[in-house]
Formats: sequence, structure tokens, C-alpha cells
Amino acid sequence: MYGALWRGLPGPVWLRILILVVAVAIVLFALSTWIFPLVDGLLTPSQPVTVDP
Amino acid sequence: MAGVTDIYSLYSEDPESGDGAGSAGSSPTPDDDRRRRDNRGNRGRTGGRRDNAPRSIVRGVIGVAGELLITAGVLVFLFLGWQLWIQGIALNNAQTNDASGLSQQWNASPVGPAAPGSTDAAAPPADSSGASGASPVVMAAPAETKQFAVLYVPRFGADYKRTIAEGVDAKAVLNAGGAGHYEQSQMPGDMGNFAIAAHRDGWGSPFIKINELQIGDPIYVETQDGWYTYRYRDTEYVTPEGVDVLSAVPQVPDAAPTDRLITLTSCNPLYIASERIIAYGVLDSFTPRSAGAPAEIAGLTGKGA
Repeated sequence: MYGALWRGLPGPVWLRILILVVAVAIVLFALSTWIFPLVDGLLTPSQPVTVDP
Repeated sequence: MAGVTDIYSLYSEDPESGDGAGSAGSSPTPDDDRRRRDNRGNRGRTGGRRDNAPRSIVRGVIGVAGELLITAGVLVFLFLGWQLWIQGIALNNAQTNDASGLSQQWNASPVGPAAPGSTDAAAPPADSSGASGASPVVMAAPAETKQFAVLYVPRFGADYKRTIAEGVDAKAVLNAGGAGHYEQSQMPGDMGNFAIAAHRDGWGSPFIKINELQIGDPIYVETQDGWYTYRYRDTEYVTPEGVDVLSAVPQVPDAAPTDRLITLTSCNPLYIASERIIAYGVLDSFTPRSAGAPAEIAGLTGKGA
């Protein structure tokens, strides 16, 4: 999968690395901005802090 | 020797290497060895590449599945890191802004010199408590999830301030990174127990240092009316069902209150949360809004992030 991705990228090695770094940055931004808050809202709080009857 | 050969055969291009894998349990015989050599020889002669298609598909599927699993593991760790670190920074900034906004709003439009107890029918008319100075004003209970107070605890950090909202629902209140007020407990300054809860770890970790409080540490609660200065008294550890810590007299559910307490509840141990840690404070003084903030937090009140 990642091997195919690497072979599919155009250009010399430095350009491929640059593309991948940018792609990873975009993925991390999307995760922390949209995906993780969504998941956090779906999860019940694993660490309840209140005292309940 | 045979084992090494069999493991290697999984990755080799040899279409017949399944024979080798099948004989993994039996001891290698000279016959086996010869057959293997013969097979390799066959492949060399006929170039058995075309027989590889199904096997390389299987290898490809396994390879992709493995990479997906590794990716999923990395994502889980990223989520944990985000929850404990990135989200905390964002929530704490939001908390500081919210808290400052509340203070500025109260400063800009004071509610006026309300008569002590006028907003709270339950308050006894003539207070004779341990609190020095003016009898504390007690506000009426706010609407659910409304942010109605700001908490300052210098022991938790020099610029520590968090909002206090009504209710302790995790999603509606606590996961915003602030504290929540137990609705069945009293309001700040009232005779009895002002009980609040907040996360110990994650969601900004507002009470992560609750175990570091030292006797006499100030705990400030700012409302529209002014500042309530509590002094930390003691800590107790209870089971998650220990609701009696919220009573007007903690652990004595039916007793008539004689003290004005604050109760901080959070989870314990850190990151495990099988118990609850309870920190108590006693009201020391009330400072009306007209008198200005207590010196220790004067520079902090209403200041932005």
C-alpha cells in the first residue's frame, strides 16, 4: 500500500518526500480538527469524575 | 534448517514451496531436500511466473491488511496524544477566554448592591458563620449548563482559571475543560456545601493537581456578586458511589449545616479513575465586586488568554 504510494509519486526522491510531508501534515490537521473531536464526542467519558448514586 | 527454509518460502517466488510448508512438522529427509532442489530447478527451467498470480494476490492482501492495522495503531496513539495534549491546549485557551469574558461582563454591568441573602430564600436571615467580613451574597441557581462562576486556584498554576457551569453532565459541561456544579449542592458562599466536579486527566485536565493542595491554600470563586475566598482544609478518597460528600455537611446527610464549604471532586488515581478524590475548603471571606478582586488574583481577573 505505502510501497505503491511511494512508487506512484512523481519526481525525484526529495520531491516525493516533500509531497509526503505535506500530505502527512494535511492528514494530521484534518484528524485533530475534525476527526478526533468527532470521535471524542462519540466515546463515553472513559474517566468519569463525578460521584453518583 | 527446515523451519528456516519454510519461513523463507512464504516470501520466495517459488510456486511449489507449499510442499515445503506442508512438511514443516515432519523431520526433513534427504528425499524432501531433493524434491525442493528439483522444484527450484523446474522453476528455473520453465520460468513458472504465471503460476504466481494467486499467491501474490494473497501476499498483497496480507501486506495491505498489515499496513492498515499498523496505520490503525498509529491513529489510536495519535488520538491519545491529541486527547491529552492538543485538545487540552485548545480547551484551556477556550476556558481562559470564557472566564475572562465572564469577569469583564460582570465588571461592565454589575448586578447592583444586592442585599445579602436576598436572592436566596434558603439562606438564614442572620448569618453567624466563621466567615469574616460582610455576610456573603448568595446568587440564585443558574440555568442548566450556564457558566455562572470562575474558579481560581493559584496552587494549580499562577494563571489558572476555569469556568464553573451548572450541572455535571460530561458532554454538556465537563468535557469543555471547566468545572461543573452539582445541582443538588448549594451555591457559592451559601451555608452548606458548594460542590463542583472536573476532569483529572484529559479534557484539559483542570483538576490534575488536586492532590497537591496544601492546608490553607486559597480557592477563589468569582461570581457576578464578587469573590468568595475558600481555604483548602482536607482531602478524602471515596468510592464512585460516595455521594454523601455532596451533603450540606459532608458525610452527614441529614445534619443542619454550620459551615460554608467548597467541595472539589475528581477522579483518582490519575489515569485510572477507580476512586474519587474529594478536596474540601472552608469559606474564609467574601469580597463584593465593588471592593475589587482579592490581591492575589487581581492581575488575573478579566485578563485574556
